[in-house]
Amino acid sequence: MLDDFLVRAIIAGIGIALVTGPLGCFVVWRRLSFFGDTLAHSALLGVLLSISLNINVSLTIFVVSSLVALILLRLEKSTNLAGDSLLGLISHSSLAIGLVILGFLSFIRFDVLGVLFGDILSVNTNDLLFIWIGGGLILAVLFYIWKPLFASTVNYELAEAEGMNPERVNAIFTILLAALIAISIKMIGVLLITGLLIIPTAMARNLSNNPKQMVVLSIIGGLLSVFIGLYASFEINTASGPSIVVVALILFILSLLRIGKKNYEK
Amino acid sequence: MNTSDTLVRLSKAGIYKDKKWLVRDVDLEINRGKIVTLIGPNGSGKTTTAKIALGLYKSISGNVERNTQNISYVPQKVSIDWTLPVRVIDFMVLTQNLKQDDISEALDLTGVKHLKRSNLRDLSGGEFQRVLLARAIAKKPDLLVLDEPVQGVDFTGEVALYSLIKEISEKLNCGILLISHDLHVVMSATDYVVCLNGHVCCCGTPKDVAQSKHYKELFGEKSAELLSIYEHNHDHVHSSDGNIIKEIK
Repeated sequence: MLDDFLVRAIIAGIGIALVTGPLGCFVVWRRLSFFGDTLAHSALLGVLLSISLNINVSLTIFVVSSLVALILLRLEKSTNLAGDSLLGLISHSSLAIGLVILGFLSFIRFDVLGVLFGDILSVNTNDLLFIWIGGGLILAVLFYIWKPLFASTVNYELAEAEGMNPERVNAIFTILLAALIAISIKMIGVLLITGLLIIPTAMARNLSNNPKQMVVLSIIGGLLSVFIGLYASFEINTASGPSIVVVALILFILSLLRIGKKNYEK
Repeated sequence: MNTSDTLVRLSKAGIYKDKKWLVRDVDLEINRGKIVTLIGPNGSGKTTTAKIALGLYKSISGNVERNTQNISYVPQKVSIDWTLPVRVIDFMVLTQNLKQDDISEALDLTGVKHLKRSNLRDLSGGEFQRVLLARAIAKKPDLLVLDEPVQGVDFTGEVALYSLIKEISEKLNCGILLISHDLHVVMSATDYVVCLNGHVCCCGTPKDVAQSKHYKELFGEKSAELLSIYEHNHDHVHSSDGNIIKEIK
């Protein structure tokens, strides 16, 4: 059964949606969507390094994105630049370095579009293992740091005063984000992974009034986007990443109808 | 004073950082059932002093004697992002595990029990301060440290909050360290006032401090006069929704 690429893609998609749901909630709550984008852009650099040095793609992306995340956290403390300028600086520099390296690699046949937008055909059994084991680890760590992370998201000072060590859990969270990007690039692509992180979560925000409900709904939203998106991608031959994100967007628009109704009832 | 009731005692405590004293030579004692208020202009070291008492600094000069670990702290300017769907009940257990009974009791005491399932973003400034207080007292602390608990609350709300703080100190029999820069209202609910300006300017009962020469120099003649205006007894108190709930005397 795993021989069928569509089955593999769906299994991969379920694994990814289970992780993007909860992580996406924190990305939205902490206003990190541009931060996620930056990590994803640096993933292109990771892909190219892995090709030129001939090492595992997911591992290379994980290492490069984690390094970028830690550099960002460090720079935020030691420079006078605002967070968004720093993000722009790192995001576009890493994208540019990646593309320059790509120029040097002209002897290798390389599908740039696949890295940018995702390619389900390229998901093999090995990738499935990476997605499910990696995803399981991400969720386990997230579960472990949930309380301090959530507390420091609600209010940093409060968490700090009550011994929650917010700085450490923030750093761990960015590493988790890098790990998610590493396992989901093949499926969704560098440019669109942040979309899968935040659009189902934005939909969930419209429909929920407490944190747990929001996490559950954003997982459901992610799963629906993956199922319908992959089906469409298969039927009408569109790229998998964009199809999934477009479905997520449609779900979001539907959720707006609900919020409009709620306001009217008030 | 009975020493066994002393929760925290600072002697000659201070912080020296980046080649200057943030605050120095503070002597302060917080006892069970008493409210101590720190007043002083901006940058006079009120919050720093409170954090010394809480033990949030690693290296300090002087000596701090702490006889309890059960301390609650409400920092200055707690703001919650509206992107978070957090209900009051989620907020109560944010950093602590509490029994349902304790949660209800604390919310009841601060008069916001009816808001248990409301979203934080729907609360008014006064209601939110009451929820913050409830959160701090739910674990029944021995010592409660409140950094400017009436921010963003209008004048009548301030009066109500200070009388609530007084009530809490009596009901829980805990010590309270209160920080404020608005001097007038706070006086009625305080046992002891420490006026800071980088060091202890003057201290004593609210009356003593108001008449002190240093206090007048620091805040001006006008505020000493203002103080006496507010030193009257209110004949009733309000609940959080504005109804009169009881008569005093």
